[in-house]
Amino acid sequence: MNELLLDAQSISKSFGGVRALHDVSLSIRRGEIYGLIGPNGAGKTTFFNVLTGLYTADRGRFVFDGAPLNISAPDEVAAAGIARTFQNIRLFANMTALENVMVGRHLRTSAGVVGAVLRNRATREEEAAIAQRAHELLKYVGIHRHSNILARHLAYGDQRRLEIARALATEPKLLALDEPAAGMNATETGALKKLIEALRADGLTLLFIEHDVKLVMGLCDRVAVLDYGEKIAEDVPAEVQRDAKVIEAYLGGVVA
Amino acid sequence: MITDRRKALMGMVLIGVALALLPFLVGKGLGNSWVRVLDFALLYVMLALGLNIVVGFAGLLDLGYIAFYAVGAYLYALLASPHFGLHWPVWAVLPLGALVAGLFGVLLGAPTLRLRGDYLAIVTLGFGEIVRIFINNLNAPVNITNGPQGISQIDPVRIAGVPLSKTLEVFGIGFPSVYLYYYLFLALTLLIVFVSIRLEDSRIGRAWVAIREDEIAAKACGIDTRNVKLLAFAMGATFGGVAGGLFAGFQEFVSPESFGLMESIMVLCMVVLGGMGHIPGVILGGLLLAILPEALRHGAVPMQQAAFGRVLLDPESLRMLLFGLALIAVMLYRPAGLWPEARRKREFLAEKAK
Repeated sequence: MNELLLDAQSISKSFGGVRALHDVSLSIRRGEIYGLIGPNGAGKTTFFNVLTGLYTADRGRFVFDGAPLNISAPDEVAAAGIARTFQNIRLFANMTALENVMVGRHLRTSAGVVGAVLRNRATREEEAAIAQRAHELLKYVGIHRHSNILARHLAYGDQRRLEIARALATEPKLLALDEPAAGMNATETGALKKLIEALRADGLTLLFIEHDVKLVMGLCDRVAVLDYGEKIAEDVPAEVQRDAKVIEAYLGGVVA
Repeated sequence: MITDRRKALMGMVLIGVALALLPFLVGKGLGNSWVRVLDFALLYVMLALGLNIVVGFAGLLDLGYIAFYAVGAYLYALLASPHFGLHWPVWAVLPLGALVAGLFGVLLGAPTLRLRGDYLAIVTLGFGEIVRIFINNLNAPVNITNGPQGISQIDPVRIAGVPLSKTLEVFGIGFPSVYLYYYLFLALTLLIVFVSIRLEDSRIGRAWVAIREDEIAAKACGIDTRNVKLLAFAMGATFGGVAGGLFAGFQEFVSPESFGLMESIMVLCMVVLGGMGHIPGVILGGLLLAILPEALRHGAVPMQQAAFGRVLLDPESLRMLLFGLALIAVMLYRPAGLWPEARRKREFLAEKAK
C-alpha cells in the first residue's frame, strides 16, 4: 500500500490576472493530520475548491490513493473518497439534522425510483441502514439529541459538527475541513480538537485549513504554508515555526 | 396502537365512500356540468402534483410545464383518432404518453441543468412556448398535428371495451359519461398521489430536497446533481403526460390553444398557493383553483342581478380580478401557501422573526 494518500502535483489556478495558486505541490500521508495555513488570500480555500472539483485546475494533477483523481465534478471527488466541509457552513437548512446526514449516505446507497415507489424489501432494508448509520454518526459527533431539529436552528458549533457528520456519511478516506474552528470560542475549539483527534484515531486522514495557529500547531503532524498562491514551507509544526520565510509572511506578529 | 390503526382505516374507508359518492351528490345537487368541473379539477391536481416534483421538491422553477401535458394529449390524439386512422387502445397509449412526456422532460431539462432561478424560469418558459408553436405549425409540409384546427373525433377512453363517453347502466344505476371519467381520473390521481408520497420519503426525494436547499453542498455530498435533476424533470413530465392523455380522451378534441403560457402559470399557482413541496397542500391548491373560477362563473351573474338589478362586471373579467387579488392576499398573509409543509411553515416563521 502506498504511504501517500494524496499527492498534489504542481497545481496552478488563476482567476483573470490573479494567480491564486502557483505550482503548489504537497503530499499527505495516510493517517496524518495535515494543516494548510497562510495569510488571508493566500489560496488555501482555492486549493480546497480545486481539490474537491468546484474549480478546475489550470495545470497540475492530483494522485489520490494511488490513482490519478478525475476532478471533473465534485460528486466524483466525493465518490473517490474525499469529503469536505465549508468555511461558511453549507447545510441543508430546512432538513433535520438526521436528514442532512442521511443525504450524505446517498453516494453509498442505490435505491432508485422503482425501489422508492414499490418499497420492496431491499429498499426498506437500505432505508433502515441509512437511518441507523445516520444516527450512529450523529452520536459520534455528539449531537444526537438534536436529530430531529432543523439544521438552521442548531447552535453554531453543532452546525459545524453536523457538517462533519454529513461528510463522514460519504465514507471518506480523506476529510478536508475548511476553517472548522472559525467563529468558535475556546471551549468549542477544544471540543473540536478532541473530535478531530478521535477521527484520526479511527483511521481517517485529515486535511485542514485553519487560522487558529495554536490549534494547527497543537494538532497537525505536518503543516504547509501558502503565501500569495505559492507553497513557502512544508514540515512538522516545530520546524515551520522556525522557518524565516514563514515568520516573515505570516507568523511574525503571532510568534514574536 | 391498534385503535390508532383502526381509526386510520376507518378514516380511509369514510374518505373512500365519500369520494365514490361525490359525483352522485354533486350531480344531483348541482347538475352534471359540475361533475365535469370535478373531472377537470382532478386533471389539474395531477398536473400540480407533477409540477410539485420539479418546483416543490427539487426547487427548479419551471414555467413551461404545460408542454408535457401537450405531449401526452397530442400523443393520445395522434394514436387514437381518424387523423392517422390509428385507434390504439388506452392501455397502450397512456403509458406510452407518460414515457414520451418523460423523455421530453429529459430533453428539455438537459440544456437547463446549469441554470438556476430566474434564468431557468426564462428558458423553461421558452421551451413551453416552443412546443406549443411546433404543434401549431406542424401541419405543413407534412400534416402531423393538423395545426391550429386541432385534432377532433378522438377515440373516447374505453375500458374493457366499454366506452366512457356513453352512459353506463349497472344494476339499474345510470353512470353518465362524466361520472365514469371521474372514477378513472380519481383512480389515476390516487396513483399519482401514492407515487409522490413514496418518492418524497426516499433516497431520491431527499436528494431532490438537498438540491433545493444547497446545490453545491449536495454535490459535495456526492449527489450527481445532473442525473437527479433530470430525474425530477422526467418524473414531473410523466405525470403531465398521463394527465394530457386523459384530457384528450375526455375532450375528444385537442388544439394548441389549450396549452398556452397561462396554463403553465395556472398550474404553478396551484403549487405555490397550495404549499410548495407539500402534497396535501398542492392537491388543495389544484382543487381550489380549478373549482372556484367555475363557481364564480356560475354565481357572478345571478348574484349581481340580485344585488344591483343588473350585471356590472362580466364574469370573465371578474374572475381574473378576483384571482389576482386572491394571489396577492395569499402571498402577503400566507407566503408559504394555504397548507404548507410543517417544515416550510417553520422556515417562514423563522424568517419573519429575524
